[in-house]
Amino acid sequence: MTVTEIFNIIIVIFILIGAFLSLVAAFGVIRLPDVYTRNHAASKAATLGVMSILAGVFLFFYVKDGYFNASVILGIVFIFVTSPVSGHLISRAAYNSGVKMTDMSVHDDLKDKGKMQQK
Amino acid sequence: MILTAVKIAIFCMAISILVLIYRVIKGPSVPDRVVALDAIGVNLIAIIGLVSIFLNTSAFLEVILLLGILSFIGTASFSKYLEKGVVFDRDRDL
Repeated sequence: MTVTEIFNIIIVIFILIGAFLSLVAAFGVIRLPDVYTRNHAASKAATLGVMSILAGVFLFFYVKDGYFNASVILGIVFIFVTSPVSGHLISRAAYNSGVKMTDMSVHDDLKDKGKMQQK
Repeated sequence: MILTAVKIAIFCMAISILVLIYRVIKGPSVPDRVVALDAIGVNLIAIIGLVSIFLNTSAFLEVILLLGILSFIGTASFSKYLEKGVVFDRDRDL
């Protein structure tokens, strides 16, 4: 078994894990009851899946061409930084614009404060 | 072996984008639709990576950065619009 075959197996594992996680995230978005839990699914599982797929892409081009493709690394870091930030922003906007939680949720920390502090 | 895995992965990503489009159309509130649009943008990035493996070229890899930036800016401006009613406002403190 050569080094290229071992790298191929690692690439396939990365890509399949990423595809599975993205599928799980999509079904979470369609199955969960309200916007906060859907945001939870979309901004964490999808991010991990896409990062895994991009790691596979990076390894593929590293094996094929033999040089370090920096733009894919930059894309991974950028998605890792910005996706939780956008999830937090849209969740805060949903709370401040008055989207109701589902009836199954048991606790609301921000209920007494009224509108969230905007500083 | 890689091509088979890439085909399976593209199929999974296509199914997940279809499911997210259902959420965009049906979604009860506007933040639901924005969450689904953000997830669609993230999935498109993965599809671009997979297509560039499938076509065996590294010409598309800059599109990954571009789509990431556009998706983040779109979500941030949508959330600001939902929260305040404007996208660009004159007061400096948010």
